[in-house]
Amino acid sequence: MLERIQVLICGGTGCLSSSSKEIKHAFEEELISRNLDKEVGLVLTGCFGLCEKGPVIVVYPDETFYSHVTVQDVKEIVEEHLFKGRVVERLLVKDPVDKKKIQNIQQLKFYSKQKRIALRNCGNINPLDITEYIAKDGYMALGQILATMTPQQVIDEVIKSGLRGRGGGGFPTGKKWQFAYNQSSSQKYVICNADEGDPGAFMDRAILEGDPHSVLEAMAICGYGIGANQGYIYVRAEYPVAVERLQHAINQAKSYRLLGDKLFGSDFSFNIEIRLGAGAFVCGEETALIASIEGYRGMPRLKPPFPAVKGLWGMPTNVNNVETFANIPVIFQKGADWFKSIGTDKSSGTKVFALGGKIVNTGLVEVPMGTTLREIVYDIGGGIPNKRKFKAIQTGGPSGGCITAKDLDTPIDFENLTALGSMMGSGGMIIMDEDNCMVDVARFYLDFTVDESCGKCTPCREGTKQMLDILNRICEGHGTMKDIEELEALASLVQNTSLCGLGQTAPNPVISTLKHFRDEYIAHVKDHMCPAGVCRELTHFVIHENCIGCTKCARSCPTNAISGWPKQLHVIDDNLCIRCGACKKACPVSAISSTRLNREVHA
Amino acid sequence: MKSLEDLKRLRDEALKKMTMRYVEGGIRVQVGMGTCGIASGAKAILSHFLELVEKNEVNNVSITQVGCMGECAYEPMAELIDESGQSFIYCSLTKEIVEDIFESHILHHQPITKYLLTTKKG
Repeated sequence: MLERIQVLICGGTGCLSSSSKEIKHAFEEELISRNLDKEVGLVLTGCFGLCEKGPVIVVYPDETFYSHVTVQDVKEIVEEHLFKGRVVERLLVKDPVDKKKIQNIQQLKFYSKQKRIALRNCGNINPLDITEYIAKDGYMALGQILATMTPQQVIDEVIKSGLRGRGGGGFPTGKKWQFAYNQSSSQKYVICNADEGDPGAFMDRAILEGDPHSVLEAMAICGYGIGANQGYIYVRAEYPVAVERLQHAINQAKSYRLLGDKLFGSDFSFNIEIRLGAGAFVCGEETALIASIEGYRGMPRLKPPFPAVKGLWGMPTNVNNVETFANIPVIFQKGADWFKSIGTDKSSGTKVFALGGKIVNTGLVEVPMGTTLREIVYDIGGGIPNKRKFKAIQTGGPSGGCITAKDLDTPIDFENLTALGSMMGSGGMIIMDEDNCMVDVARFYLDFTVDESCGKCTPCREGTKQMLDILNRICEGHGTMKDIEELEALASLVQNTSLCGLGQTAPNPVISTLKHFRDEYIAHVKDHMCPAGVCRELTHFVIHENCIGCTKCARSCPTNAISGWPKQLHVIDDNLCIRCGACKKACPVSAISSTRLNREVHA
Repeated sequence: MKSLEDLKRLRDEALKKMTMRYVEGGIRVQVGMGTCGIASGAKAILSHFLELVEKNEVNNVSITQVGCMGECAYEPMAELIDESGQSFIYCSLTKEIVEDIFESHILHHQPITKYLLTTKKG
């Protein structure tokens, strides 16, 4: 029977981990017991993007948006909504402005400000069913290209669209294809770089999980363009759901003869295989990735020769990122001019960002290039929770830098972010508020690169370790002003003398925090205090005069270090305090802060 | 997949299953499925609408259900909202009436006044 209602359950990793699979199972049972299973469709989709509200369920045709659904809620949704047609108000999202319940997914500001191209099908189709992708014009671009276009025309179209690599560098994709095309060789390869390793970035995972066929189709188009008949997807083993769905998609595409020999009756053949990476960050660098596929240790090598000349097994190879590929089929469906009309002059199209950190709507957003950071943080992201003050955005992961409040109105594109001392990177955006210590943030990222450095060249292997030691010293209260100078000298050394992108950009978090938050470093060194109250040895919480005596801090203190009568000034016993910051979070009037330790008393 | 035509055929076939997710505009039929509606057999009415839509392959109609419509004595009822937003409430439905409505109102845009709530209530 025709399905009158379809229930789309988010099957992204975020929602899967809050039991969306069990929810789907509960729906199945409940629908069978009510004899509705023939007229209600259940679809496990890819990521909806609003991970903060997960597990997320959307009920079509009215696009009712339910958030934070649990297995226990399933019975009520089936009985009330699917059977009787009454929306379960309790599970709707509340509009933060006028407190009204939001009925329809279109009314959510989170979605209405976005423009979804790469994520067009995520949360809309069933990633395990190729026919749903085909229904949304999937593989149509490939079919049309094979019937009507020459490889050079394909490349020209991509060049015309102005698409630039979404993995971090921002190199024009069409030019990259042209280089590979220009090489004459009996064998060429296409590689999809799905080794997404930035802490906090998960846009590639969402695309692979939610719309794997768009990547497969784009790889075949690229293969036709540059003259390759074999593709590899290099994906991290830490993404089991993505790997499973990709493999399923490849098998389905093969059985529909959308991959394999002589596609669409032409002479063009294309196959795709998956290669699992063991999760080394450096394998996101294309030469290291190629070495890893070949079976060697993932270590970068000198460029040139570029992979387009000498890549996988010495053959011309084109490497593109997942998100870059996901844009390709749309460019051919709607035309390069349409794509060029979106975004800014130099950066066309959209970019997916993974919002994380101190932000209300954690999740994935896709916005046209040229959108300002303020719009992303405050309109789409919903601002900073708990009435805290915005401090900085870290973009570009461990290779990027911080952007402060004064630059919030900068339109995002590749050039502007680089000019601000940060970078686009793969699109991770970590939002930080006044409770984040910037020295600690720099230490966190450096700790990550020290772990992930492959060890091939000395500046990166030893230099980052020395920098981390200095940062550790500063955070523990043993830093000197000379340390800060040393840190800067080392940073420029590592930046200038490392072989690959990992080393060249590893000092960026330190450089940019030193540039924007030098006073915090100095506070750590000279005043022996951490203004944000993060570094334990340098934190000394004090309750100020504006305490209203609400007792919230005393009740939240895990060690009972706070004493005081209701409606009177409270006091923290410094000897009992473990510097967890729970009181600071609990205080409704921001009366608690970390202040300078009184050295006289200490001595 | 032998040719582009094969793919287009497959796409149109696949779209049928998904149309419900992408109906924009078009006619909307809302069947009253409050306790009163269910007790007087609204479930069968709803299913019958769906069967007819599927059988005739019309793609501009979405069938959905709503709660109690307030005139419990006249259940089962269905509200039909046409493309212009005009609402017609049909009452005391049976499978035969559903077929009539489908044939004349949905397919040929001719409302059947004798089944309308306003007519029956007088």
